[in-house]
Amino acid sequence: MNQFFTLDVLTVTVASGIALATPFLLAALGETIGQRSGVINLGVDGIMLLAAFATYYTALRTENLLLAILAGAATGTLMGVVTALVSVTLKAEQGISGIGVYLFGLGFSALLFQKLVGTPLPIATLPPVGIPFLEGIPVIGGMFFRQSLLVYLAFLLVPVVTFVLNRTTYGLKIRAVGENPAAADSLGVSVERIRWSTLIIGSTFSGLAGASLLMYGGIFQVNLTQAEGFIAVALVYFGAWRPVGVMAGALLYGLVGVVILTWKSLGIIPLNASDLAATAPAVITVLALLFLARRFRQPAALGRPYEREG
Amino acid sequence: MHRHLDRKLSLILPAVLVALVAASCGGSSTPAPASSAPSPSAAAAPSTAPSPSAAAPASSEPSPSAAATTLKVAIVAPSAVNDLAFTQSMVEAVNKLKGKFNLEIAVSDNQFVVATAANVIQTYATQGFNLIIAHGSQYGSTIQQLAPKFPNVSFAWGTAGSTFDLPNVFAYQVNSNEGGYVQGAMAAMLSKSKVLGVIGPIAVGDAKLYVDGFCAGAKSVASSISCIPVYTGSFSDVSLMAAAATTFVANKADVLSGTAQAVVGAIGIAKTNNLPWFGTQWTQVSLAPSNVVSSQVYDWSPIVDEILTDIKGGKLGGTTFTATLGNDGAVIQFNAGFNLPAEVKAKADSLIKGITDGSVSVPK
Repeated sequence: MNQFFTLDVLTVTVASGIALATPFLLAALGETIGQRSGVINLGVDGIMLLAAFATYYTALRTENLLLAILAGAATGTLMGVVTALVSVTLKAEQGISGIGVYLFGLGFSALLFQKLVGTPLPIATLPPVGIPFLEGIPVIGGMFFRQSLLVYLAFLLVPVVTFVLNRTTYGLKIRAVGENPAAADSLGVSVERIRWSTLIIGSTFSGLAGASLLMYGGIFQVNLTQAEGFIAVALVYFGAWRPVGVMAGALLYGLVGVVILTWKSLGIIPLNASDLAATAPAVITVLALLFLARRFRQPAALGRPYEREG
Repeated sequence: MHRHLDRKLSLILPAVLVALVAASCGGSSTPAPASSAPSPSAAAAPSTAPSPSAAAPASSEPSPSAAATTLKVAIVAPSAVNDLAFTQSMVEAVNKLKGKFNLEIAVSDNQFVVATAANVIQTYATQGFNLIIAHGSQYGSTIQQLAPKFPNVSFAWGTAGSTFDLPNVFAYQVNSNEGGYVQGAMAAMLSKSKVLGVIGPIAVGDAKLYVDGFCAGAKSVASSISCIPVYTGSFSDVSLMAAAATTFVANKADVLSGTAQAVVGAIGIAKTNNLPWFGTQWTQVSLAPSNVVSSQVYDWSPIVDEILTDIKGGKLGGTTFTATLGNDGAVIQFNAGFNLPAEVKAKADSLIKGITDGSVSVPK
């Protein structure tokens, strides 16, 4: 265990945990915005898959990583439009339509990968960028301030989303629509327009989540996400629909995962307990969910399509 | 009226969406592709792939003509045909024999859901295929159940050592520990920090054999070397494999290896940190041309050759085959793009020779 508590190992473990938490954070933040307006989107994982493929394919063809990330985000936006059309305008049952979007993303990204790429080739990944002055701080600098731009973006979005939800008129409308759409409607707030916008923004975040996941490994594979999108949805409940809570959940999930891997690589976890230990991040998150989520109330209109009376 | 239409659409659209995507999920049934990967591989197979969509009852089983000039072979595999690993090794092996046996080849890849794979296998059995290769140990119970219903169809499954005492089931396995041993010894010689990183999916089958062989080979060269395997718990989680590789690098590992189709993530970390990488199952040079030292490549073609010869001779099963370095079922392919020191290459050659002639014993 002493090997684990060395500066080098701790620094890399925390830095890797933060990087691994980033896709969860982006996707869960996006889902939080949607759910605060009353729309649950179970298609996050499918959107992440499509965005990851778009990022990969663009990077492969153009070797331009910025363009690739934009392609991933744009794919998320496009899927947000589809999701909003089905869930908001057509008022479909949100759970079923979300599963449909997920299955579409899973199947279509695999199909595109097989038809357009064939033998997989790695792409360049986003290099870590040190923040001047801060990266020089002992220990903390290496842990937090030598990350890729997508990691910084994800964590910057936490205060931004918090501010928008709690301190702006738009945020007030989102919360009103998520709690009591009829009342919001009676005050002249367009429920449909607000939900369309939150789904598009949220799905764009999911697209960025797919792009950041792709950039972590530098290669696409069928079902790359391994259900990370569903974990992101669970993290919204974990975080009690608050961006800071969601960030805590994502960090917990990412850090526990990396700590387990590090302990395995140092022989701290014996080989015969290896498979059991692999389940630790999920088990810890579920336990935390059980203890924490019940203390908070979900948006009252969550999951309910809105139809104006009369 | 408008609302009524919306209501109808809201019911229909998700259903259509689900139906459409369900059709595109669950793997693909395709003719075996020509690989762009380096050898061992051979002919492309522009074959006629059946569409295993609707399973017919077992009683409608046609009698496949083993003596016919064309042999129909189906491969059902858990990952993609171009996974640079387990599935690709089998698809390439069967392609290699296409001309020799006048094969008609069909492949259903990405059959990670065993229940779906069982349906696909049964459909192939009803469509007159002579040999159905269920390429994955997870398909064992399916083969055990289906084979007695189709006594005229030959089944092969692996990696596994049991034919279930059924006369129409072949089994195949690989002594991946042998190549692991050779590569582990090379890794130990290349390592300056004397810390190696080796990553597996789950500690079972050929993955565990390879990982154990790798560490045994490393310790045969440097007994005090650190070679602690990490099993991520998933065959397909690319980011977890990448994270495992990252932790190894943080712990001073300066040579990496791994097995499973998800190692592409770990190879990326080796490439980023410019560290040597040892591959297994298939050649992984294309992923990191400057970093891959060598790959243990499974060449199933000698085994499939024997199976097809048996089928042509009327023997539909009952044999377990083992691929080894000695019978060329596993081959160490060196990457010409990696500047391997002469003494390391000589050591590898000597170990391969020793394992082949029995003078070097590899622990299992």
